[in-house]
Amino acid sequence: MRFVDEFRDPRLISKTAEEIRRLASPGRHYRMMEVCGGHTHAIYRFGLKDILPENIELIHGPGCPVCVLPMGRIDDGLSVAQQPDVIFAAFGDMMRVPGTQGSPLEHKARGMDVRIVYSPSDALKLARLNPDKHVMFFAIGFETTAPSTALTLMRAKAEGIRNFSVFCNHVTIIPAIRAILDSPDMRLDAFIGPGHVSTVIGCRPYEWIAANERKPIVVSGFEPLDMLQSVVMLLHQLNLGEAKVENQYKRVVPWEGNRAALRAMAEVFQLRPYFEWRGLGFISQSALRLRDAYAEWDAEQRFAIPGVRVTDPKAAQCGEVLKGVLKPHQCKLFGRECTPEHPIGALMVSSEGSCAAYHTYEHRKAAMVTSLNSIA
Amino acid sequence: MSSRIATDASLVPIRFRDPQIEMAHGAGGKASRRLVEGLFAPLLFGNSPGPLGDAALVDIGGTNVAITTDSFVVKPLTFPGGSIGELAVNGTVNDLAVSGAKAEALVVTYVLEAGLPTPVLEAEVRAMARAAQNAGVRIAGGDTKVVEHGKADQMYVTTTGIGHRLRGVAIDPGSVRPGDKILLSGPIGDHGITILLARGELDFEADLHSDTRSVLPLVEALVRAAGPGVRWMRDPTRGGAATSLNELARDCGLGIVLFEEQIPVRDAVRGACELLGLDPLHIANEGQFLAVVAPECIDAAINALSLVSGGEAVQVIGEVREQPSGSVVVTTLYGGSRIIDMLVGDPLPRIC
Amino acid sequence: MCLAIPGKIVEISSVNQDSALVDVVGVRRKIDLGLLQDDKPVPGDWVLIHVGFAMSKISAQDATDQMNTLRMLGEIESAEQEAQGYGLEDVQ
Repeated sequence: MRFVDEFRDPRLISKTAEEIRRLASPGRHYRMMEVCGGHTHAIYRFGLKDILPENIELIHGPGCPVCVLPMGRIDDGLSVAQQPDVIFAAFGDMMRVPGTQGSPLEHKARGMDVRIVYSPSDALKLARLNPDKHVMFFAIGFETTAPSTALTLMRAKAEGIRNFSVFCNHVTIIPAIRAILDSPDMRLDAFIGPGHVSTVIGCRPYEWIAANERKPIVVSGFEPLDMLQSVVMLLHQLNLGEAKVENQYKRVVPWEGNRAALRAMAEVFQLRPYFEWRGLGFISQSALRLRDAYAEWDAEQRFAIPGVRVTDPKAAQCGEVLKGVLKPHQCKLFGRECTPEHPIGALMVSSEGSCAAYHTYEHRKAAMVTSLNSIA
Repeated sequence: MSSRIATDASLVPIRFRDPQIEMAHGAGGKASRRLVEGLFAPLLFGNSPGPLGDAALVDIGGTNVAITTDSFVVKPLTFPGGSIGELAVNGTVNDLAVSGAKAEALVVTYVLEAGLPTPVLEAEVRAMARAAQNAGVRIAGGDTKVVEHGKADQMYVTTTGIGHRLRGVAIDPGSVRPGDKILLSGPIGDHGITILLARGELDFEADLHSDTRSVLPLVEALVRAAGPGVRWMRDPTRGGAATSLNELARDCGLGIVLFEEQIPVRDAVRGACELLGLDPLHIANEGQFLAVVAPECIDAAINALSLVSGGEAVQVIGEVREQPSGSVVVTTLYGGSRIIDMLVGDPLPRIC
Repeated sequence: MCLAIPGKIVEISSVNQDSALVDVVGVRRKIDLGLLQDDKPVPGDWVLIHVGFAMSKISAQDATDQMNTLRMLGEIESAEQEAQGYGLEDVQ
């Protein structure tokens, strides 16, 4: 696969790993947070922790839009879909996330019309093909995904497709990073910046992290060589005491972002005054809702939404794990009441959530180390 | 496996704690295993402590026969490379084959939905007849039930197969040793991705077709060439190769290490998996098998298989180690590794 | 939010300029080019695909530059060490 395989070249990966070992000062412990859930997934998928030296610690950030969605929002979305002649359409990521009455897939097994879509435009297509039904698209995602929802709504409006609506849970990344940095328990040295969000918002929105917080941030791609090169770039900055924004993912991320995408978002969405993030509490100006001009396609305006707040069990420490303050296994429910099969908190439901990733990959690691020594 | 039934089944406790049956219990992964081991096994399979294989061995008047059954629920009924009819024949023939047995006869049950057009049924029955002929197995009889419209997805098919054991092979996960090699018959993921694309919901197209076929000729060649060295076989259907290998790791208490660069995956399967965020190791196959072979027999095994039509793509994809005990690990050329678990539920596309 | 894959534009729809057929090692899908209106791709271009939309054009030049930078890792250091070995520390 072009633009993929080159960045998985084993020899270059080994070489870059060597460079990281050379740059990482032995006496120093580096704490780097990868913001985006896709990076968390890449770290585990490619086994990157195995080739980083012990004194570089990767901390998983809150950039998983499934993980930060409060359970009450899932209940709200499903309540609309329970009405007759409504088709509930969502990405595969949402299908196993539990609401208080079960997940979308469980609702499907009970007879509700639930469809997995790959694209918001597929949801709109469902509306075109089923004129006697209403299709409600349960939208999630950061700024990577919001422009596609926006464009889809613009198309729906232009074509006058009335049997379509969006239940909007889009959130923005900067407030999440701010919440991390504002957290008093947080000790971080640097950030691995979200590569695909940045194709839309560009690199400028991170400048305050370097200028005000004095933390280096490198906007990174998702292949092993991308992430390792980003670590090299961060080490250079940290060793020199610098703090600036750098773009490692140049082949795809424009510094100024994608103007057309930002225009589409501005046309369709406005910022909510505040929004609840699971584990992080209410954050102001951190989420999107549809503008009045699109009220007819806003599921929250067309349907009566219960709007019930569902609080997580007190024992669930999702917030602290999300902020990187606690490691997953330090949460009292981890591996006992809360497992990938029976998730209590959302960090266990999504495969890129810290707890699910940790449960699947990390806590059998001890036995593996001996085994791996004999492979090398 | 013992053929004795527990003397008083009503007193036997079950270990299955789920309050009701969910879709995940049929998906072939962890939940399915919980149901089988926690409810069916204690009540139906007596005190037999052995691991549950693909087929059961039954002693009939001094002759050992193997028997297995499988039900087929697939949507859509037909897809590039086959249909439910072929799956129903090949699936059962393959279950017997990887248990070290040659299928002699099948019986078939159809549960048909009222309103099913006759040409659809006819096409499936013809497909079954063809598949049975290709597989060299007789369809000896069957049963049909019709249920109301809406109570069956057009048709459900069950096949039960019986056959005699191949000589020279004894499948036993307990005989697996560190150093044994993991053999895979060919590229993984073809069937599951074909079905996913054939459903049409995701709007992808690819030049892919199901790999459904009888693996018996390959198994026979393997057994002839390396019989005493064949420790275990499995056909990785629902849940994919990862689920089958995790079951093995659990049953033998050893670790399985796979070498990622050696796992054969077609480009289009790889592309679809990358686009949808899926792992080929979790995708269903209907025409492949995994085998654990002693290292001293592996060359003979590969030579023999590569000479059989359909065996050209056979590949060693990993080996058995002491650690990590009970787990399956995938390693990369640059020293990275990840644990790969059994599938929980069906593989779902993701965008994150 | 992050799964995005490079694909090659095979053809642009004659009916709808914003719709294109993209190929990823043999897997094909119609994607929406609406987010690249300011810099429209043509058949043969590579784009980054996320949820059925093209997010960005992929620059082959930047990709090549990156690979070259990575290949040179360690070479700059060994060149410096070599220079030191010749007593050339003062020479830049």
